[in-house]
Amino acid sequence: MYEGMLAETVTVSGHGDDQIGAYLARPLGPGPYPGVLVIHHAPGWDEGTKEIARRFAYHGYLAISPNLYHRFGPDLAPDDAAAAARAGGWVGTEQFLGDAGGAISHLRGLPISNGKVGVIGYCSGGRQAFLTACELPVDAAVDCYGAFVASNPPSELPYPMHPVLDRAVSMSCPLLGLFGVEDKNPSQEEVAQIDAELSRLGKAHEFKSFENAGHSFFAVDRPAYRVEAAAEGWRLIFDFFSRHLA
Amino acid sequence: MCTYIVERTSVTGSAKGPHGWMPITSAVAAVDHPTHATLDHALIVDFLNPSSGPAARVAVELSVTSARELIACMQSALAAFEEAG
Repeated sequence: MYEGMLAETVTVSGHGDDQIGAYLARPLGPGPYPGVLVIHHAPGWDEGTKEIARRFAYHGYLAISPNLYHRFGPDLAPDDAAAAARAGGWVGTEQFLGDAGGAISHLRGLPISNGKVGVIGYCSGGRQAFLTACELPVDAAVDCYGAFVASNPPSELPYPMHPVLDRAVSMSCPLLGLFGVEDKNPSQEEVAQIDAELSRLGKAHEFKSFENAGHSFFAVDRPAYRVEAAAEGWRLIFDFFSRHLA
Repeated sequence: MCTYIVERTSVTGSAKGPHGWMPITSAVAAVDHPTHATLDHALIVDFLNPSSGPAARVAVELSVTSARELIACMQSALAAFEEAG
């Protein structure tokens, strides 16, 4: 493990060359280290997200998490930025891909990078991790219970998001999917649909659905936290990344 | 799950936040993951004054059950006021 690390906010070039904040956590050693793009969930670029980035650094990864809500106010508290996103219609696909692509380039540009980059996202970030695997140059992707990968959000609401399963033909890296059996979105039926489509397309993927777990089972500060699923999930994540990013 | 269930409306009134009273012009109601309440999902209500920036906000997060009870409470109060003329 890498107990010495540096964690700080840096600036990366995002969508439209906008300069956005990103939380970067990295071991202090000379490397080379693989990178991980950590996508924050809809509640924002929050403390929990940055804790995940530091966890990856502790395990020997360069972890970066761009502030996808930067344009709502770079200095806002995470919950105020999330409220602004909620009121303002969230973040569109192209803007997300531009910001994620900028963060990936930043990782690969670090002199201690080994050139490999994975992506992980939880909840809304899970769907965006799937999207990243289809649209951006990454070497491994982890989708933790991403909703609306295959199913449509309720049609009466003005979301800027759409199902992304039709992009799977472009998926360019292995995908690890971690889900809860008790989750309603994605349901086990939707997980099976995604699994079948990736198999049909010949895309490498590993799916695991945990019993006695629903949505957000990794979130340690929510009632949905399930220690058995989260502990085994983390083990699977580090095993997966070690095989594809070393 | 992140539901993205959001409803917006204009309002007329004021709200008191950490910096005192402020006029509010809009409100957003969502049922989604809360920031602070130890619930998987909550009714999240933001009272906003967009002209003063995103941080000009008074927020509450209520369990679905308590939110329904509060809505009924407010409806009763408003009905009693209107009945009183």
